[in-house]
Amino acid sequence: MSLIASLRTPRGLITVLLLVVLAVLPLLTQAFDQRYLLSIGTRIVIWAIAAVSLNMILGYGGMVSFGHAVFFGIGGYAVGILSHHGVASGWIQWPIAIVAATLWAALVGALSLRTRGLYFIMITLAFAQLVFYVGGGLEAYGADDGLNISRSRFPDFIDLRDKASFYWLCFALLCGTLWFCSRFANSRFGLVIRGAKSNELRMTALGFPVFRYRLAAFTLSGALGGLSGILLANEGAYISPAMMSWVKSGDLIVIVVLGGMGALFGPLYGTIAFFVLEETLPPLLDLLRTGWGEYWQIVFGPMLVLVALYAKGGIDSLFGSPKEWRRHG
Amino acid sequence: MAEPLLAAAGLIKRFGGLIATDNVSIDVRPGEIHALIGPNGAGKTTLVSQLTGNLRPDAGTIHFAGRDITHLPMHARVRLGLARSFQITSVLREFTALDNVALAVQAHAGHSFRFLADVRRDENLRGLARRGLEEVGLAARADTPAAALSHGEQRQLEIAMALAGDPRLLLLDEPMAGMGGEESQRMIGFLQGLKGRRCMLLIEHDMDAVFQLADRITVLVYGRAIASGTPAEIRANAEVRQAYLGEGDA
Repeated sequence: MSLIASLRTPRGLITVLLLVVLAVLPLLTQAFDQRYLLSIGTRIVIWAIAAVSLNMILGYGGMVSFGHAVFFGIGGYAVGILSHHGVASGWIQWPIAIVAATLWAALVGALSLRTRGLYFIMITLAFAQLVFYVGGGLEAYGADDGLNISRSRFPDFIDLRDKASFYWLCFALLCGTLWFCSRFANSRFGLVIRGAKSNELRMTALGFPVFRYRLAAFTLSGALGGLSGILLANEGAYISPAMMSWVKSGDLIVIVVLGGMGALFGPLYGTIAFFVLEETLPPLLDLLRTGWGEYWQIVFGPMLVLVALYAKGGIDSLFGSPKEWRRHG
Repeated sequence: MAEPLLAAAGLIKRFGGLIATDNVSIDVRPGEIHALIGPNGAGKTTLVSQLTGNLRPDAGTIHFAGRDITHLPMHARVRLGLARSFQITSVLREFTALDNVALAVQAHAGHSFRFLADVRRDENLRGLARRGLEEVGLAARADTPAAALSHGEQRQLEIAMALAGDPRLLLLDEPMAGMGGEESQRMIGFLQGLKGRRCMLLIEHDMDAVFQLADRITVLVYGRAIASGTPAEIRANAEVRQAYLGEGDA
């Protein structure tokens, strides 16, 4: 994709502007002295990585995994447990966390991808709940209350305690993830995954061992999900089973659907919209009447219904035909 | 006589108390077009599903090119050169015609665990796919989404996809189904053009087509193969006439 060419379309222009704002966010929040906004921005970027990874299997592959937040938990707990036992170096923590998430994804994928539809949704949820309850039972690591941890150390490389540095690291990783997803979507592998979403029997009859490709995609997606878990644990310097509750898995699906399934930047739009609404709806409703803010989801829910009914391509589809984008891409 | 390319022997498939395939043996010799006919409910699709690997037979064996494929999954059979089209049109509706064929080519061009290179700039795949579309007369529709093609064009596209891997045997499940007279005639003409170059097992309702195309015909009634022979022999066979042709199903 040529950057200049993409600027000519509304979609390209909006996306580039968005990325520029995100790239300089720490400077903006410093200039306006809004440290809290940087913390939200960091979480948006981390969640966007998880959403992009879910989009790879859900949006492109039609695999409705209802347990994707489990990778927040696995990535986070791997870092937290190692840190708790004095292994502070991120060079050791992070690879172990990614390997753990990858292995878990491979195991869950190998079992769940033999089923379809509702069964697949239920099995992925069941495996995620299993890990959730294991996390809640780990007395040594705070059980349900969770555990305060110290951030990963990368001596002479980057200090994650510095909020701006940490943000830029997350942003760089998001850009890397988006770049990979853009390549993946139009690669041989990506076309097999998308073809299997469109017509599995046809793909099998063409000679593709569909299961193997789906398992590879599911595993890859889990590995990237694990990365977002590592970042999330470092962002709050805290881990708890709540980070992998089924509600978070549901939020991730909502984000992907809201942003636009199978659209490259859909998960990013979805994450921003989700966080902005989560932050702004409660105070707005409180303005109407004190106490209403708590029930912001009463407003959020119908908005989702509207998207599901009238904007099937999510926010992404509001920026014009996705075909145009693909041709440029 | 040459060794058959596909040889099924003693196939039996039961669904509960119903015997859908009753001790059927059928073979396809290199270079020939073998047609499988039979009234509705005779078990043609069940038989084809066992040959392609959708269904496992309860008993019997299937050999393809001298190899026992009875227990191979569908995708592995396709890899060996057994391609098929479906009775109900089955294409990737969201993909362009060219992408459909390019994926079929890709299926036979090594593994697809390649994550970075843009597949639409892969001139090897695209070139072969374009030639495949030309062969079935769809070159002008290359960039049209498959969903926007007419029914007849979608059937042509399916043939192009089946041919893409240069298969040793084409298994065509009612390629003329749902086509108008003119479209049917064009498809028959196309298949006739493949005759001698491609080995085919043709499942077809359209008797005109079958008698025009087939070198040999096998008649299936109530799951049993009641006759097998040249078109002339089948036409003359009293049992076939009574069980099938006489009933005016043709």
